[in-house]
Amino acid sequence: MNTNGYKIRTINLSLSYGSKLALNEVSLDIKPNHVTALIGPSGCGKSTFLRALNRMNDLIDDARTSGEVLVDNINVYRDDVDVVELRKKVGMIFQKSNPFPKSIYDNVAYGPRINGIHDTKTLAEIVESSLERAALWDEVKDDLKKSGLALSGGQQQRLCIARALAVNPEVLLMDEPASALDPIATAKIEELIYELKSNYTIVIVTHNMQQAARVSDLTAFFYLGKIIEFNDTKTIFTSPKEKQTEDYVTGRFG
Amino acid sequence: MKTLRQKLFGLSVPALSALCAFVIVLMVLLIIGDIVLGGWGTLSWEFLSGVPKEGMTAGGIYPAIFGTFLLVVIMSIVGVPIGTITAIYLSEYASQRSILARVVRFAVNTLAGVPAIVFGLFGLGFFIQFVGIRMDQVLTGGVQLKWGQPNILWASLTMALLTLPVVIVSVEEAIRAVPRELREASLALGATKWETIRKVVLPNSITGILTGAILAVSRGAGEVAPILFTGAAYFLPKLPGSLSDQFMELGYHIYIMSTQSPDVEATRGIQYATTLVLLVLTFTLNFAAVFLRYRIRMKSIR
Repeated sequence: MNTNGYKIRTINLSLSYGSKLALNEVSLDIKPNHVTALIGPSGCGKSTFLRALNRMNDLIDDARTSGEVLVDNINVYRDDVDVVELRKKVGMIFQKSNPFPKSIYDNVAYGPRINGIHDTKTLAEIVESSLERAALWDEVKDDLKKSGLALSGGQQQRLCIARALAVNPEVLLMDEPASALDPIATAKIEELIYELKSNYTIVIVTHNMQQAARVSDLTAFFYLGKIIEFNDTKTIFTSPKEKQTEDYVTGRFG
Repeated sequence: MKTLRQKLFGLSVPALSALCAFVIVLMVLLIIGDIVLGGWGTLSWEFLSGVPKEGMTAGGIYPAIFGTFLLVVIMSIVGVPIGTITAIYLSEYASQRSILARVVRFAVNTLAGVPAIVFGLFGLGFFIQFVGIRMDQVLTGGVQLKWGQPNILWASLTMALLTLPVVIVSVEEAIRAVPRELREASLALGATKWETIRKVVLPNSITGILTGAILAVSRGAGEVAPILFTGAAYFLPKLPGSLSDQFMELGYHIYIMSTQSPDVEATRGIQYATTLVLLVLTFTLNFAAVFLRYRIRMKSIR
């Protein structure tokens, strides 16, 4: 474990797409086994920040990063860090549920298989426990051979969570995981996030203020590539220190 | 109030354009109709399964069908993997602005525009006279002429070169149609780039690879110029049994029958029927490719 009590720390993290600065010297400390919510208007850099934590921005040709992202005190942008190992440790759930066009079983088994696990019994155990942790097992246990795409939107998103859990990550990054779901499916995802935080460190980007208030312990408010305010969720929503934060959380802009 | 002149002009533009469009339809109908009418009478099971007889004025075209089949199979075995790998490189690995990617793309486009006869001459000069002759020197000390002459291998390789751009363009289009979300899902699970290509990108582009292969086969089956000097034969009593054998081919057969036969009149029915077989073959392949491509487009819109 880390020595300073934080799972992830960013130090002066800046990121630009070509000449456009998306993140400007962002420093944020993320506590283990807590849910940290990132809120802010569209284009404020919160998704970019999230994707910087497991280096998904590497995939974008003209993205340039500076500063440090420490995961367990190791700067993940150091040259000798294996990005593949990093992504196994820091999993990601996307805004649009993106199951592979494969069976439910093969979706969850995808990660373990690329890690070299091919034993049928071990795989079956991983699939079952991952689906259970994602609160999907009871709904799909009888048709694991069914295509992942045949599930409802909410089930697909939980399948994606199960798929991410199957590689035993320590951190889960969630990029607006419920923005495309109806209220009932959203409630299930939120309930799941609450249960997962005892075992995982969770960072969630959300547009939905009530959602941030409901699920998170800490909230960071982003605006124009900077963190304006970072505090307990309760403080952010009831007595923010900054005028901009107050305007945003009370719905006056954004 | 419009003048009579303006009125006539207003009418003449649509009329003229409709006429031009109609001429094209008419041409297609004339060509197909003429070939079907002329070839239908000669077409029979014996024609499809028999060998040419009586100085090629009678008998069937089985050796040409078999040769065409073998040609496109060898061509696909060589061309489809190379084309697919090139497409993977262009769409997955090369940065779109890199000089190398631009050079490769330029080469592919240029290759697509080179006349078929130039490929034929290239095949003769490179595969037969350069590679083949040297192979003979190494293998038999130049005593025996085996690879240094036209054969089905050199013809297939020449054809593979000609059809490569078709494969590359189709596969690239299919690879690009694979949603970014799927790649990201795989990478976020700790898959390497190659694992992602192998397990997510390629399985989802299989129809595109198939389309490319079919279009290449359809193009290859219809071209005569590339095999003119590299392997097609006028008449062979037996089917090709090894890669160093020559072969008969449908398109070449039509060319021979209509220009080299001592009695063109006597072979007219055979010419028509052979053309009909070739047309049915390429049309079927083209329709299959159009259908598959349509399905890919639908998928990428979703």
